[in-house]
Amino acid sequence: MLSISNLHAAAEDKEILKGLSLEVPAGEVHAIMGPNGAGKSTLSYVLTGRQGYEVTEGSATLDGEDLLALEPNERAAKGVFLSFQYPLEIPGVPALTFIRTALNAQRKARGEAEITAPEFLRLAKAKAADLKIDFEMLKRALNVGFSGGEKKRMEILQMAMLSPRFLILDETDSGLDIDALRIVSEGVNALRSPDRGMLVITHYQRLLDYIKPDKVHVLAGGRIVASGGPDLALELEREGYDKYARAA
Amino acid sequence: MSVAAAIRTGDVAELPGKRDEDWRWTDLRGLIRQAPPPSQPIAPQDFGTGPFDAMAEEVRVLANGAGDVRIEVGPASDRTVALRVLARGEGGHTGRVAVMVAPGARLTLLESYEGEGGYLGHTTLTIGVSEGASVERIVLAADSAEGVSVSQAQVQLEAGSTYAQTVLATGARRQRLETQVNHPGGHAALRMDGVYLLADKRHADLTTVVTHAAVDGTTDQLIKGVVRDQARGVFQGKIVVAEGADRTDARMGHHALILSDRAEVDAKPELEIYADDVSCAHGNTIGALDEDALFYARQRGIPEAEARAMLTEAFVGEVVDRIGHEGAREAARAWVAERLR
Repeated sequence: MLSISNLHAAAEDKEILKGLSLEVPAGEVHAIMGPNGAGKSTLSYVLTGRQGYEVTEGSATLDGEDLLALEPNERAAKGVFLSFQYPLEIPGVPALTFIRTALNAQRKARGEAEITAPEFLRLAKAKAADLKIDFEMLKRALNVGFSGGEKKRMEILQMAMLSPRFLILDETDSGLDIDALRIVSEGVNALRSPDRGMLVITHYQRLLDYIKPDKVHVLAGGRIVASGGPDLALELEREGYDKYARAA
Repeated sequence: MSVAAAIRTGDVAELPGKRDEDWRWTDLRGLIRQAPPPSQPIAPQDFGTGPFDAMAEEVRVLANGAGDVRIEVGPASDRTVALRVLARGEGGHTGRVAVMVAPGARLTLLESYEGEGGYLGHTTLTIGVSEGASVERIVLAADSAEGVSVSQAQVQLEAGSTYAQTVLATGARRQRLETQVNHPGGHAALRMDGVYLLADKRHADLTTVVTHAAVDGTTDQLIKGVVRDQARGVFQGKIVVAEGADRTDARMGHHALILSDRAEVDAKPELEIYADDVSCAHGNTIGALDEDALFYARQRGIPEAEARAMLTEAFVGEVVDRIGHEGAREAARAWVAERLR
């Protein structure tokens, strides 16, 4: 599924990723943990093609296809979805309009027919109910005036509706209380399937109590410095990142 | 100094220019070195149809300045009138429109500027809104790229009246849409909105002056602009609150997006307050499209051009949404979509 090899990337001429390699097979959930400034968010932006990040070496492919050569929207149409740490506000565009535009753009890029209006509304109502989002909220401008928790729920709603093949969750637990964390995690877990991969980026172990990873990687100094099973997350929670930060 | 006088006498020295404080960004004197000959009349069979004809009960035409339009709305009646200001050819012309709305009456004025050629056109409007009367004026200014067009409206409100205006401008070689409002307070309510969408080398100037003369008046103004290529947008908004005009509530917002390096926006928002107990605010922002929001939309699969159009349309949509007349609102929405996609 996702294959990253010796990835080097810089922002504003400062190298942040320094030879990162990672394999996430289909059907697996991998967690990336690491101290602040290790390059966690940079990794998510490089994989999704945000401006301002320059890949200087290495590769990233999804099912063998070179992601780095594609435009951000083309990567999305291939099934790469990023749940943002800080979801953006889109003034003047109702959430429903935004999601329908995105869904149809992805369908068009894949040569599929547009979703019909009734079909779209049915889907939106069902997914909103799953995530305990008031449907009326979807008629408001996306994320404008929403609380931190509501924005994160809106990310998961978009994820559920766009049905991506590869999910990147960037600090999805930040700003969530326990109830919201549970709802969001259930939404993510519902998307686990044998043909999907997930990369869960987090600073804290807490999220991994709800979204159980198959593997845990430690990102420090721009590289993966340790990998292991779920126990590794518990060890990090107990002992902190110090020894890895020093090793990097 | 008067555009109308310059056109009538052929003396270009009468044209306002950069030495006149409120014309410094729309310098007609520097632009026009020689007075154009008088415009030829337009034959009625050549008027064609205007953008609002289908929505109006009555269509009035000012054709190259000819027509001397008078619109009178009697007490307690409700009218929808289309006003077409036609400018064709390479000549100069000036025309007059007088609007009088009786107490308690309503008028929806759907005004369109329809230009072809390199004309110099001027229109003077006087609009009287009597006590308890209500006017909504929507102006679709579709001048030609070579034309020079100046529209100057003088609005006199009476107590308890309502006046709402939305100007939609695409610019011209020079295009100025000016509105001066005498606001009597007395719970009269004023809305003074506008949108300018400019491309190529077009220039649009939205100038408004609102004078609150007495207590208890409100003004709400929202202007949004989008400029690209080498276009230039000008907004001059002045709200004066005279001495004694207490409990005036006035807000002014002007927000512009500049989508290319060579486009320009000049803005001068002014509040002049001589009363003590007032609530006044203004905001003015000029910037580029939010690149983070753009990336967010693209990450969801929306191609760049479509994402830009969607965000820009939403930006000006806030003004369009405030139009009360449904048909005009939909026409405005279509006008925006056509220019941004």
